[in-house]
Amino acid sequence: MDEVAVDDAWAARLKAYEGRPAAVAGVGRDPVNAPMIRHWCEAMGDTNPAYTGPGAIAPPTMLQAWTMGGLGGHTSRARAYEELLALLDEAGCTAVVATDCEQEYVRPLRPGDEVAFDSVIESVSERKTTRLGTGYFVTTRTDVRVDGELAGTHRFRILKYAPAHRKPKERRPRPVINRDNAGFWDGVREHRLLIQRCTACATLRFPWLPGCSTCGAPEWDTVEASGEGTVFSYVVMHHPPFPAFTASDHAADAAGPYAVALVELAEGVRMVSNVVGVPYDKVRIGMPVRLEFRRYDEELVLPVFQGVAA
Amino acid sequence: MRVGEELRPLEVPITRTLIVAGALASRDYQDVHHDPEAARAKGSPDVFMNILTTNGLVGRYITDHFGPTAVLRKVAIRLGAPNHPGDTMVLRGTVETVDGDTAVVRVLGENGRGRHVTGTVTVTVPEGERDVRTGGGAG
Repeated sequence: MDEVAVDDAWAARLKAYEGRPAAVAGVGRDPVNAPMIRHWCEAMGDTNPAYTGPGAIAPPTMLQAWTMGGLGGHTSRARAYEELLALLDEAGCTAVVATDCEQEYVRPLRPGDEVAFDSVIESVSERKTTRLGTGYFVTTRTDVRVDGELAGTHRFRILKYAPAHRKPKERRPRPVINRDNAGFWDGVREHRLLIQRCTACATLRFPWLPGCSTCGAPEWDTVEASGEGTVFSYVVMHHPPFPAFTASDHAADAAGPYAVALVELAEGVRMVSNVVGVPYDKVRIGMPVRLEFRRYDEELVLPVFQGVAA
Repeated sequence: MRVGEELRPLEVPITRTLIVAGALASRDYQDVHHDPEAARAKGSPDVFMNILTTNGLVGRYITDHFGPTAVLRKVAIRLGAPNHPGDTMVLRGTVETVDGDTAVVRVLGENGRGRHVTGTVTVTVPEGERDVRTGGGAG
């Protein structure tokens, strides 16, 4: 068979379950009872006096709860329904989520009522792709009876789906650390931004270099930056999208534009970094910024600059 | 009851406790409603509220407004964005149609992610008993 024929055969196999029973001669695990009603009302924060005292009724929206198998499982599930679910499991649709619930209440349920129910598979959808993953919607209709009399009907739709593969979070590139710049990264680890200073002529330099570009002397020590600065220049990166640079400032996995700034520190040197806490299109030359150390993953902390509101 | 009447919004803080208590009160032991690890393995960032709890909250929202004599006839809901711990869901309702003592209320519950629940509730509020209602305490 070619691929289309295989797909058609599969679709027909699923469709064949429509109209077949999902549960036969089901019986509620417990009669309708005051303790379960109370637990429900406590969870929902429902203080309706109709649900307590003599003459109490069960909250109508509990209809399905009386039919649930609980940890003991569903003893009344029909073979057709078990088969359908197993078939979808085998197809990789191992996860389930409920999407629709439609209940009609014919008469109220009261403590002592013994609930009986039958359920039918109304429909099985075609293959659908959702945000959660790809799968099939299965709709069942359950008639709930007490003493043979219809108390309510309950239409329920679930999505049986194959969980979408979640990409691991994208990580920023690792810094290349060598003997010329190791002191800088040692400072970052301690949340200190260190500027190199030539011990011969006192010129500050950044980024870190092996020698002084003014006098050529190789000796140096460091000055800790105060953390104050201004945006000297900036660019906004639109393309290519790079989620690692924007995910912390945007919704999960969003790979939007981001601002890269050349920040002039109060000490006079300039460094390339990101401006955070300000939308990329609100970054401006001259904008005051303040140093902040941000953790981007379990091993990477970077100095970035928080925009300071005017 | 009149067409266009808006129900006072109900703000529901979605706590882990509410999600788990609702799942157990409805006898729903699906792991995604109480086990964060299992929820993540199935593509969800955390546990999420089950549909039976949403259904119960929608029912409560309507009877809170119309009072204890209100009779729920039908509740039809569709879920969209999940309710995760830390979310706040705001339920809103508008009376869409009125036929005698029976109204259809359109309900919308939104959280920071979007529309968690949309649907309609058909409710009967017996004539003459409407004045003695003690509802409207939602909030």
